[in-house]
Amino acid sequence: MLSQLILVPTFPLLSATLLLLVGRQMPRPLVTLLGVGSIGAAALTVVLLLPQWLANPEPVTVLLWQWFAVANFSIDVALYLDQLSIIWLCTITGIGFLIHLYSSEYMAGDSDYARYFAYLNLFVASMLVLVLADNLLLLFLGWEGVGLCSYLLIGFWYQDSTNGAAARKAFVVTRAGDAAMALGLFLLVAELNTLDIKAVTGAAQAQWSAGSTLPTLACALLFIGAVGKSAQLPLQTWLPDAMAGPTPVSALIHAATMVTAGIYLLARLNGLFVLAPDVMTVIAWVGVTTALMAAFAALTQFDIKRILAYSTISQLGYMFLALGIGAWDAGVMHMMTHAFFKALLFLAAGAVIACLHHEQDIRRMGGLRRTLVIPFWSFLIGSAALAALPFTAGFASKDLILLMAWASGEQGKWLWSLAALGALITALYSFKLIFVVFFGVPKTEPNHQPGWRMSIPLTILAALSIGGGLIALPLRDVLPLPNYEAEHGLVAWISAAIPIAGVIAAFVLFQRNGIASIAAVRSNLGHWLAAFWRSGWGMDTLYDRLLVQPYKRLAHWWRHEPVDVAVRLIMWVVSRSHWTVAATQNGQLARYVTVMVLGLILMLALVVRTPT
Amino acid sequence: MTAAMAVPMEHALVVAGLLFCVGLFGLMLRRNIIFMLMALELMLNGAALAFIAAGARWGNADGQVMFLFILTIAAAEVSVGLGLVLQMRRQIRSLDMNDASRLRG
Repeated sequence: MLSQLILVPTFPLLSATLLLLVGRQMPRPLVTLLGVGSIGAAALTVVLLLPQWLANPEPVTVLLWQWFAVANFSIDVALYLDQLSIIWLCTITGIGFLIHLYSSEYMAGDSDYARYFAYLNLFVASMLVLVLADNLLLLFLGWEGVGLCSYLLIGFWYQDSTNGAAARKAFVVTRAGDAAMALGLFLLVAELNTLDIKAVTGAAQAQWSAGSTLPTLACALLFIGAVGKSAQLPLQTWLPDAMAGPTPVSALIHAATMVTAGIYLLARLNGLFVLAPDVMTVIAWVGVTTALMAAFAALTQFDIKRILAYSTISQLGYMFLALGIGAWDAGVMHMMTHAFFKALLFLAAGAVIACLHHEQDIRRMGGLRRTLVIPFWSFLIGSAALAALPFTAGFASKDLILLMAWASGEQGKWLWSLAALGALITALYSFKLIFVVFFGVPKTEPNHQPGWRMSIPLTILAALSIGGGLIALPLRDVLPLPNYEAEHGLVAWISAAIPIAGVIAAFVLFQRNGIASIAAVRSNLGHWLAAFWRSGWGMDTLYDRLLVQPYKRLAHWWRHEPVDVAVRLIMWVVSRSHWTVAATQNGQLARYVTVMVLGLILMLALVVRTPT
Repeated sequence: MTAAMAVPMEHALVVAGLLFCVGLFGLMLRRNIIFMLMALELMLNGAALAFIAAGARWGNADGQVMFLFILTIAAAEVSVGLGLVLQMRRQIRSLDMNDASRLRG
């Protein structure tokens, strides 16, 4: 049953292989057909499979082949479909298809058109493997696959060395998390002798008691992996720089899908994580801190894509908060709605950037609401959903997270307060963006309008950003329900009012005069604070001082190879001795004779002196 | 044998030693190849004189046999050596030994 499931990752993988091998020789329409069509075919397969599966919504395992077997430990290549993975499946293929369609126009003028689609298809294939994996090793394969594609696409325009640096940074920083995750997997293999997700959860619950050392350690290691991939504190520094890639890539990888892999890992292993309540608390606090800090950082950025990047970090923080307090379904829900509106925002930003001669600085934008109608409305709807205004998809999920946070035990009030403050800032920065870019005085005139391949994805995503909250997720069977109810009453009204307050504040502050008008920004402290937040709370500088500079110094020191000194000393002695001895071979026969005679005399003297 | 003993062996050995040393110093100090060959001859003669003296002292014919050998070897050596001198004279137009040292490292 459902053996067609294999087709879903196969289409993009085949297309990626073809494009990588012979894409250069293909005519452009064929590349478009392959690149966009393969994801379309995958999305279509999912759509066709969906009613078949919904008729009988049981978890399905499709065993493909055995990967390897060592002693009594074996790993299969098997696909696993349940309520959780189908949500990701729909999101990845659906949004992936829209973004591919959009890319076919956005990247139309690029000389490396085929390479772009090859990487993008490979990414979708890896992501599908990640969410469909039946065991953690196959999941890890997809996990590393998306990391690789992220690296390739951030550095897509590699002729500019800063893009290459951003790509390397993303790769290295996420690798730090992946190392921890690999250690976590080793621990699971050593202790439970299995990596099958159901078996791991079952064995862990049978063998480990809640709160003991082993599950806490394993969960902490896996959580660090998720932190790296999902750009949470303290490994979030790579995501803002990842905006060096093409904008549709930012939409697909660094907003909608790949960065939610950490959420997926945690949600998938919920049975393991409930055994580590301490780690859950840490997850909640890391989430809410990241959400707040990234919101402040987003408030002060000038680059339109960096604003969205920090807002992604912030929204991922809300998801981690939801997972940390045990509101699994709220976190997954927010993942989905965030995918809708963040893809929308990025694609709209891409349209603005493309129509404005690749201008990304919001200080040089303004008054675009009349000239770029579709991007404006897309941006407005996306920002409304991001700010979680009522009647948007973002409201449905984020409000739920806030209310669950309030009700989640003794720390709940604190978590709620910080998250609510973050929500206020979110509304502030998202509508600051609207007012600065689309209202006020026009500064740059757009040179063309987005075509249908850009407009259609924007329209669909805008519709999803409003109505996406109504999709009822079938999560009751796969995720444990929290043992508390979402808060109702006054707190609910306050939570709903906070984003509106943020929008009003943005209107008052930024509607007429833009950024520079506020007195606080002009003061010394304001300047310093804004610069501090703009640099992402100085984390890059901190890491540079703490890790990069010492590493470079060490590398510089090792470059002179201190270990080789001993070897080179031997070499030096031998070579000096050689020249000393060689100097005696001067061809003067008389000297040879003299030395010979002296030697003979010496030997004679020895023989005579020594009594035989 | 008594008539031969008119010269004590020690004297003969001293003369032989002096002869050898004269040859040796000639070899070490001279640069002309002909003089070096002559010095070699002197050294051979010094050694031969020592054999004669020793043979005479103990009345043993071996000393004179060795002398004949040395005489033959010296003749052979001189013929080869003079051949080399002639070749050297033709090839490098010099009899200076140091001019012939071309293999210096």
